[in-house]
Amino acid sequence: MNRPLIRTALRAGEPAPAVAELPAKLRVRHLNFYYGAYQALHDITLDIPANRVTAFIGPSGCGKSTLLRSFNRMYSLYPDQHAEGEVLLDSVNIIELARDLPLIRAKIGMVFQKPTPFPMSIYDNIAFGVRLFERLSKRQMDERVEWALTRAALWPEVRAKLEQSGDSLSGGQQQRLCIARCIAIKPEVLLLDEPCSALDPISTARIEELITELKNDYTVVLVTHNMQQAARVSDYTAYMYLGQLIEYGDTDTIFIKPQSKQTEDYITGRFG
Amino acid sequence: MWILGTLFYEGGAALLRAQLYYQMTPPPGDDGGLANAIGGSLVIVGTATLLGTPVGILAGTYLAEYGKKSWLAAATRFLNDVLLSAPSIVIGLFVYTVYVARAKHFSGLAGAIALALIVIPVVVRTTDDMLKLVPNSLREAAVALGCPTWKMIVLVTYRAARTGILTGILLALARISGETAPLLFTALNNQFWSLDLNRPMSNLPTVIFQFAMSPYADWHRLAWGGAALITLAVLGLNDVARVLFTRKD
Repeated sequence: MNRPLIRTALRAGEPAPAVAELPAKLRVRHLNFYYGAYQALHDITLDIPANRVTAFIGPSGCGKSTLLRSFNRMYSLYPDQHAEGEVLLDSVNIIELARDLPLIRAKIGMVFQKPTPFPMSIYDNIAFGVRLFERLSKRQMDERVEWALTRAALWPEVRAKLEQSGDSLSGGQQQRLCIARCIAIKPEVLLLDEPCSALDPISTARIEELITELKNDYTVVLVTHNMQQAARVSDYTAYMYLGQLIEYGDTDTIFIKPQSKQTEDYITGRFG
Repeated sequence: MWILGTLFYEGGAALLRAQLYYQMTPPPGDDGGLANAIGGSLVIVGTATLLGTPVGILAGTYLAEYGKKSWLAAATRFLNDVLLSAPSIVIGLFVYTVYVARAKHFSGLAGAIALALIVIPVVVRTTDDMLKLVPNSLREAAVALGCPTWKMIVLVTYRAARTGILTGILLALARISGETAPLLFTALNNQFWSLDLNRPMSNLPTVIFQFAMSPYADWHRLAWGGAALITLAVLGLNDVARVLFTRKD
């Protein structure tokens, strides 16, 4: 079975190193997750390599978003949800963390499925997160805002209207604004939860380009429903099903010769 | 329309007389205005809003952001709804018993407290409802940036809900502007100009009530004028509230 099941951005001839050979940014160990009494994740163990794009794929409800949301303890907002196990960011267990949660969250940026601009100007949308942790002069802040918007490939489109409300932008621009807001506070990890599912193909292409660029400086974790997207932008792919991690490896292997029959069925669309 | 028509037919002339705004309420037969009542009303309503709004917003915030579906929040919501529909005369009597009777005198402050008790449930309800309309994704986005909960509420959700909350406050203001019953037992009335919160204070609704009940034609005219004035103010407030609510920035 060496014929590609789906066209991937094959890294011409250069074989990707195995996950274990790379320095890991996030280490997940025996993670179980519960919505009330319902167990949504079963004993997940994996390493997210630093400065790579890792994609989680799988059918709806398989737990990929849940896994992503445990990396920044998003679930702590909801009292009936809890997790057990370890998620280590540079040897700090995020799951057990009692204080300093905001500090950890600042290191782990997150972009959501729907664009979520704050009800304030484009400028303030970016400055909001920065002001939480840093005291910058007006000039430094201007520079930071420009830097973040440039990184998110949005600067040329908004430079003339920074005082306008973030809601006035198009969906694709809003999503890039959210990415800019995220990188403005200089996180180490970027969690992207289906960032393109509400966008048109052109905006999607722009964001995918952006993801590929961002991995030079950040560790990117991407949840996506779109397998072509996972194949296009990710270096490593994890296939999840019913709260279990079925297969995890470099993207080419997962898409060309998956070890597991389940993964293959899902990728080829034969899945029920 | 009929009510409004009658009101302005009878009260319009009184509204246009300048004395209405600078002379005190007169004894029967004398010429006079409603200056003390207008001033008293402004002070009482203003104080009531200042007392009631912060309490209402804080309680509403607790319900929407912290309490959510806990039993305490559910109980608070239920009691708040009871308070919301409590007849205003009951509130007046309550303040009379716990405050006026103990202080042994009527006062503007007692009136403001009674009106604040009407403001609070309205503001609690609108704050709770408006904050609940703010999508959770916005809260998650703020928290994901490393924002502590209280900052997230103050900087993001309040901002998202501010027109709704402001509208609630204005509607509460409009509601208490015309309340008579709670003031009868608390602020009472005062024939003279007084803005001392610790003494009985004149106010438009009670003056209208007293003058309209009287047998004197000139008092009737003043009562009509006062009624027209309150109606205009309330209409104005409602208009402002509507404009605020529909305006999207």
